Amino acid sequence: MTSLIGWRDQCFQILFVVAAAPLLAGWLQTVRALLQNRRSAGILQPYRDLFRLFHKETLIPEQSSWLFQFAPYVMFGAKIMAVAIVPIIANGLPLASAADVIALVGLLAVARIFQVLADMDTGTAFGSYGAHREMLISALAEPALLAALFTASLLARSTSLVQIVHLSQIQLFSIHPSMVFAAIAFGFVLLVENARIPVDNPATHLELTMIHEAMVLEYSGRHLALLEWAAQLKLFLYMTIGFALFLPWGIAAKPSLTSLVIAAGLVLVKLFFAVVVLALVETLLAKKRLFRVPEFAITGFLFGVIGLLSHFMLGS
Amino acid sequence: MNSGDCLLWVLYASLLALLPTVLVAIPALPIRWKRSLGFLLTVAFCLLLIVVGIHALASPALHASIPGPLTDLAWQFTLDPLSGFFLLVLGSVGFAASLHAIGYFHHGSQSKLKQVLLPYPVFVTAMVWVLLAANAYTFLVAWELMALSSTFLILVEGQDQRRQQAAYLYLLIAHLGALALFVAFALLSHGDLISNGNFQRMAQLSDSPIVANAVFGLTLLGFGAKLGLLPLHAWLPEAHPAAPSPVSALMSGAMLPIAVYGLLRIDWQILPAGAVWWGPLWLGLGLCSALFAVLYSALQTDMKRLLAYSSMENMGLILIALGLSRIFAEQNLWPLAALALIAGLFQVLNHAFFKSLLFLGSGSVLHATGTLEMSHLGGLIRSMPQTAFLVLIGIFALAGLPPLNGFASEWLLLQAFLLAPSLPSGMLRAILPLAAAGVVLVTAVAAFAIVKFYGIAFLGRARSAVAKQEAGIWERASMAFLALFCVLLGVFPGRVVDSLSHITALLLHGSQIAHQSALALTPISAQRASYLPGVFLLGIALSIAVVFVLVWWRFGRSLRRAPVWSCGFAADYSAQTQDSPTGFSQPLLRIFGVSLSTLRNRQGGRNTLPVQIPDPFWKGFYLPWGRVTLWIAGGISRLQHGRITSYLLYSFLTLIVLLVFFR
Repeated sequence: MTSLIGWRDQCFQILFVVAAAPLLAGWLQTVRALLQNRRSAGILQPYRDLFRLFHKETLIPEQSSWLFQFAPYVMFGAKIMAVAIVPIIANGLPLASAADVIALVGLLAVARIFQVLADMDTGTAFGSYGAHREMLISALAEPALLAALFTASLLARSTSLVQIVHLSQIQLFSIHPSMVFAAIAFGFVLLVENARIPVDNPATHLELTMIHEAMVLEYSGRHLALLEWAAQLKLFLYMTIGFALFLPWGIAAKPSLTSLVIAAGLVLVKLFFAVVVLALVETLLAKKRLFRVPEFAITGFLFGVIGLLSHFMLGS
Repeated sequence: MNSGDCLLWVLYASLLALLPTVLVAIPALPIRWKRSLGFLLTVAFCLLLIVVGIHALASPALHASIPGPLTDLAWQFTLDPLSGFFLLVLGSVGFAASLHAIGYFHHGSQSKLKQVLLPYPVFVTAMVWVLLAANAYTFLVAWELMALSSTFLILVEGQDQRRQQAAYLYLLIAHLGALALFVAFALLSHGDLISNGNFQRMAQLSDSPIVANAVFGLTLLGFGAKLGLLPLHAWLPEAHPAAPSPVSALMSGAMLPIAVYGLLRIDWQILPAGAVWWGPLWLGLGLCSALFAVLYSALQTDMKRLLAYSSMENMGLILIALGLSRIFAEQNLWPLAALALIAGLFQVLNHAFFKSLLFLGSGSVLHATGTLEMSHLGGLIRSMPQTAFLVLIGIFALAGLPPLNGFASEWLLLQAFLLAPSLPSGMLRAILPLAAAGVVLVTAVAAFAIVKFYGIAFLGRARSAVAKQEAGIWERASMAFLALFCVLLGVFPGRVVDSLSHITALLLHGSQIAHQSALALTPISAQRASYLPGVFLLGIALSIAVVFVLVWWRFGRSLRRAPVWSCGFAADYSAQTQDSPTGFSQPLLRIFGVSLSTLRNRQGGRNTLPVQIPDPFWKGFYLPWGRVTLWIAGGISRLQHGRITSYLLYSFLTLIVLLVFFR
């Protein structure tokens, strides 16, 4: 792609994802409400929440340092960078060669570590809880994520997301057993990393059961708005990484505007169904005790290993 | 500087660097002069080492020989790219550690300064001689000198029982390793260390497979003892906390890699092509060592013990890279072996920088607060802001976050693992990705441990110890130097990889990786994998700046500081409600089932419950061996009963045996 058009597509992708992420969260809440026989607050409620939070006063704890104020911006900035790298709407964007899947995982780790450190900066008991639980669970999910990504990269003989998407788009209807297992492993990791049931209840108000929510307890106003938006971006990102690896049909390979708009529409359609599946999983399962989560993560890892082994044994 | 004189310059400079040892013995000099001059001489020497190391990486090998005590036994030295690289590592760590030491020993007494300045230059010089040694004699003498001088450096901070035990254990294991090395050299030179002692001569001699395997095992024992490989690691978590921080930084950043140098020099350059199982053995041992060490580092409560176990974990990762490289080399896949070897060597360089940064930071913390026990610390980011910021950079580098240097070497290692499908052996092809998952788990738990290190000591509120002042200017300057290079090495990894290609050309029959541009890392091809850390850094910085400006412009109002909410529990708000270091890692402990021993002590009416996390290798490995040794010694001591007639009989019998069998 020529440089100027490529940058135009890049900006379009970033703006589209940043604008659509709260919509994704709203749709998820709506489906969960439907499944639980409640009336939802509407699909646009996250936008109203963000608007409200941005206009509220921002408080910071007395004894916190610059890390606490800096972290929401770092998290949001890192997520934007990740959105720029992953081929969500278009493949072969200018920034995509800056990082491959391993660097992408590292980028998400930057956001996570900043959040954990900011959480410990508050100096409360709940801050420490959230921090050590989050680090522990992400440590256990890393091997599973890597096993899934390795399987995907073995097939394409490359760790570059551009290459993986390109190869999958060429082989349109072939299903590889290793990719199926890798997709299941990726699903497990998605649940763990985005703090969904059965790992963590994102709607809980009981502090002793919180993992991710405990890290945002002290934030308010525009900082909290940025953190909430970053969490929604993270869910969007993980889902679109899954699509790029396992269901890449529709990602624009040509730089024309029509193919971009079609690709954007296709992503929304895929997310529609993916969110329904996610909401079903969340409604049908119960949250696990903290010491049962390692078993969950290891199950994901085992699926990844089976994917790897099936790749070597079956040659696909 | 003429190339040919490079080696001689270094040798003369290393003798000059021993000057502080003499200086400190002169009583007439004022103490400030002694301290500054002594350490500044070492600083200058380390700068020379850095320059020489960089120069030697791209130059052909140089040799020098100095006549020794016997006519046939000379001190022989050689400077080739491999030595040059490790000289660079030693020089960088030594530079920073010596700068830090000027500030660290600021308030020391005359006798303490003498205790430090006597062995310290000897330690640095001995390490230089080990790296330059070209025959077994020089190598072993310098090795022993290194071990002895560092033993005395461990005892600098005080001579209480814990330190004495640490020094004794360290010396014991170092000597066991040296003994193994001595036997290995004897085997390699076919019993004639004087005429066959030169390394190049040893490489020309051919060995039977049994001898080669024996040498491999002995060098693994000898260098593994110095690396802190399982199960010979017990000295690491004792010696590093006991020594003063500049010495710990030097030991961890420079001395541990010397064992890696030894493995590369002897097992790679001198020994002929080895058996198929050598590479997988290194890989397996490195993985076990790294897993054990990272778990224990996450459980520690003392800052330097945590860093000591973390050093052991990094050495395990380096051995994994070396093992992977060996596996590829066995199958004659030279470019892949070069990639894995470069990943390992890059990790050595990065570890030197970020680990010594963290050790020096903890030294400043000890200076300011008087304790390294994390359960007493907290909130140092407000009382020591610059130190906290510099240590934060070291934290990010250790956790493997892009775009810093720790991530670059980890990325290269994972890329090397992903080349496993090129191997013909089906079992290795399947197992190597699992080993890669193990490496990822190790890095993830290492991130847990280092977040605990920073979060409990530097963030939050002070538990009982308060920092009196910020670190001194020397200490901050040395840490800034290391932090700057952590960033630079991470943003320009292509340059480093290019320089390291000279070493792979030396060790792997001339194979190199394709030339890397300064800004991009594309080890195999741009299509296969590419990583542009500069773009990364710019992209993240730009996104953060844009977000900040937009938010501030639309919704910006000044922030208000308020009491922390803490879900309404802020009323009884002692600083002790924060996680203790044991509490922080309790879930990890429970998941991995490490046995914890708690002792109940009654001390003057107050119960204290110190929590100890014992190393299972003590009970399972060291104590049984100790008991066996004592039992054997007890049996032999029965020969010593003092009767002179029996002693005469023993001599007579020995004489008869010698006459009959060895005439």
